Amino acid sequence: MGDSSDQLSHRGLRLSQPRFSGLESGHRACQGCGEALGARLVTEAAGPDVAYANATGCLEVFTTAWPDSAWRVPWIHSLFENAPAVAAGMEAALKARGKTTRVISMGGDGSTFDIGFQALSGMLERGHNVLHVCFDNEAYMNTGIQRSSSTPHAASTTTSPSGKVRMGKRHLKKDIVSIVAAHHIPYAATSSVAYPSDIRKKVRRALAIDGPTFLHIHTPCPLGWGHDGALSIEVARLAVQTGLFPIIELERGRLAGSMPIRTVRPVTDYLQLQTRFRHLFADDARAREELEHLQALADHNIEVYNLRGTQPDSRDSEGADTVRRGGMRWA
Amino acid sequence: MQYALEGSQALARTVALCRPQVIAAYPITPQTHIVENLSKLVADGLLDCELVSVESEFSAASVVLGAVAAGARAYTASSSQGILLMCEVLYNISGLRLPMVMTCANRAVSGPLSIWNDQQDSMAVRDAGWVQLYCATNQEAVDTTIQAYLIAEQTELPVMVCVDGFTLTHTLEVLDIPDQQQVDRFLPPFNFDRRLDPTSPISIGTLVAPDFFTESRGDHHRALTNAQQAIVAAAAAWEDVCGRRQNPLLCVSDMGDARIGILTLGSIAGTLAAARDHFQSVPATRLMALRAFRPFPAEAIRHACEGLTDLVVLERALSPGSGGIVGTEVRAALSELQTAPRVHNFSVGLGGRDVPMDIYPRIHEAVRAGSGIPFDIIDLEPDKLPAAI
Amino acid sequence: MIEIRIHGRGGQGNVVAAYLLATAAFEEGRYAQAFPNFGAERRGAPVTAFVRIADRPIRRRCQVLEPAFLIVQDDTLLHLPDITAGLQDGGAILVNSTGDSAELGTQLKRTVVALPASALAQEILGRPVPNTALLSAFLALTGLLPQTALVKALGGRFHGAVLDNNRQLVEQAAAQVNAGAWQEGPHAVRA
Repeated sequence: MGDSSDQLSHRGLRLSQPRFSGLESGHRACQGCGEALGARLVTEAAGPDVAYANATGCLEVFTTAWPDSAWRVPWIHSLFENAPAVAAGMEAALKARGKTTRVISMGGDGSTFDIGFQALSGMLERGHNVLHVCFDNEAYMNTGIQRSSSTPHAASTTTSPSGKVRMGKRHLKKDIVSIVAAHHIPYAATSSVAYPSDIRKKVRRALAIDGPTFLHIHTPCPLGWGHDGALSIEVARLAVQTGLFPIIELERGRLAGSMPIRTVRPVTDYLQLQTRFRHLFADDARAREELEHLQALADHNIEVYNLRGTQPDSRDSEGADTVRRGGMRWA
Repeated sequence: MQYALEGSQALARTVALCRPQVIAAYPITPQTHIVENLSKLVADGLLDCELVSVESEFSAASVVLGAVAAGARAYTASSSQGILLMCEVLYNISGLRLPMVMTCANRAVSGPLSIWNDQQDSMAVRDAGWVQLYCATNQEAVDTTIQAYLIAEQTELPVMVCVDGFTLTHTLEVLDIPDQQQVDRFLPPFNFDRRLDPTSPISIGTLVAPDFFTESRGDHHRALTNAQQAIVAAAAAWEDVCGRRQNPLLCVSDMGDARIGILTLGSIAGTLAAARDHFQSVPATRLMALRAFRPFPAEAIRHACEGLTDLVVLERALSPGSGGIVGTEVRAALSELQTAPRVHNFSVGLGGRDVPMDIYPRIHEAVRAGSGIPFDIIDLEPDKLPAAI
Repeated sequence: MIEIRIHGRGGQGNVVAAYLLATAAFEEGRYAQAFPNFGAERRGAPVTAFVRIADRPIRRRCQVLEPAFLIVQDDTLLHLPDITAGLQDGGAILVNSTGDSAELGTQLKRTVVALPASALAQEILGRPVPNTALLSAFLALTGLLPQTALVKALGGRFHGAVLDNNRQLVEQAAAQVNAGAWQEGPHAVRA
């Protein structure tokens, strides 16, 4: 092995590989923004022959302050509620014009789970050849941290604040991937910015499919979740390792795979890093009850999605999974 | 009692004082602080109401529609894109004669995307059949919100209280927030005759054939036109309770011997008032801040323009391809006069562009230059436009 | 009427500083107005806020174009080309910095007072939030309002030990500057 300056060293080879950059640096995201990382990984994996429809939210705001744009791909922002519908129109047009360009619809949890839900459902139902990517930071962040239906149970946001009579958001996090999967689309999956190669693999898998696909990526927001930007990856990983954010794949509505957790962590390890859950650590019976609820949710996910892994190679899901599919490694 | 409060915070407290039973909340800049402050009041047990965190503005309007139909006093707030998304519901609410109050934190409308203050959003729904009141200051926004419930419940019409986004909502200043007893004295509990009630079932929102639609719409138009009286009465009644002068339909600086007038809506009025005192060498000017835009107070405007040779209408919106919106309606109202002033119609401050004090001498310069152009965007900077081919 | 512009970075409490100053003025029976230079900004981006203080109701709603004073919450902002734009002749700048006042003054060609507000806050509050110290020093320099007004305003936001620490910080910061040095500012301070 030569040193890193040696072209033939592992590092040198890796550095010299061409890597498509769809989202350039110089944008205005906060330090540690999970969504910026997620968008970069998605555009990298998708390659240059893609057009994007982006819903209103942090991503479009921090990448396109006129007259600058951080995007190196064709990209359109219309409104908050219609990205999947705009994408459907783009797909129809490209198809009519006989083009190979693929279409990706991008939105946060606000647009995907709430205001753009109808447009998403319509796009999925009609079978458009579109991949919808949801960057899920679990609240309306760009407008200042208000709750969405993706906000986890008991999280404090400005419209579901903890207070004397309330313990944060009263309702559960909407199970979007199951709802999407119930449209019986060919492929729906979750991923997390703590697992970049998983994201890349899933983007390529989705784009290799002809038909509607859905990718739900967990993306921490340091400002909204209340942690240092430097901890974003660790926080994201803990969400997965506790079972609160399962990494799964569904095909035609049925569970096709899941990423097993090597060492399951208690939910408190994840929650205590974020000030949006700070009220759950008060000396209060209601807070203790909520912690139990969240642990129960995590335990339920682990059971339902088989996150402990029962296959013989339960610690190497990636390799086993690839072998089962009879394919090559993706990323 | 006086407090130093951000506009949104003051509005949230004011809404709470009106004892709403259902609030629909969906965030959109720059209204967010209003719903956030209300959420905090609920979370701390200080406001007893059903706060419904909806998934879009379309649903926000639909939730308050349902709430009022079922007999509850309701509130929501929105801006810009949200107002337009709920547009269909706004027409439905007013046509069904459901009384409620909504704050519109005025913001420009996409595209291009802008989060900053102009009045295109509320102007875009001026025909939706709502009462529209424009507030020039945060104190006026507080006072108007309370009066709005009385006006709404007396006239059975929904009221949109328009408050300049950011410029008012995000400005902290000294405000007087009334106490609960004052508001309770002024605003009786909501008792809606036509509510959905199993003991007296009615059907709301039925299909109406041409043989009756005209009468229904005509009745709506008449009610909204006559709402001027309720607006004036509510202002007088509230003035009695709070001791602060209220300007029901429009505020006129003075009816002195000025020959030039400037009419505007919203917070620009304050800057013009300060500018008038500051720029002493400019000819005497009569300032008018229009508060009621719907119903359109044509008679009051004609009266306010008595003796003027020139009237400038300064607005924070426009109708592309036509020109000013308020200016066009004012011109029409003044055409009834034997000697109508010449109307100079300008848009200014679109998309939140700051309107500095020197707008005042610039307006006078434009009037002096008297080009006869019916409409212009007075603060447009031509060198920013692409070169003409 | 006195107009002040406050420069900071998103996340440093730029708007809070403006609101506190205006609230302090209100506690002293003055009229006040404070607002941010509204924007969709994020943590770390340069932001500005404006404050007006007067003895009569303030009617104008436009941005402050010619401030009498600047308060700069982060000295890296001094590199911004237009940081002193509009500052009146005779106007002065208070900056959160461990640097030397005279040196900064020469650099910016203005009257500058540097105060290590973050360090003071770190010591007394345990967090490097510069607002309390900067505002206290500003009031001491200008004689605009007594420190008690600022403490009352802080009392609206903090309680118990945090408020006590802030009170201590107010005292210490005021002691670090030349009281009344800016009293003959561009506008008569009691407008």
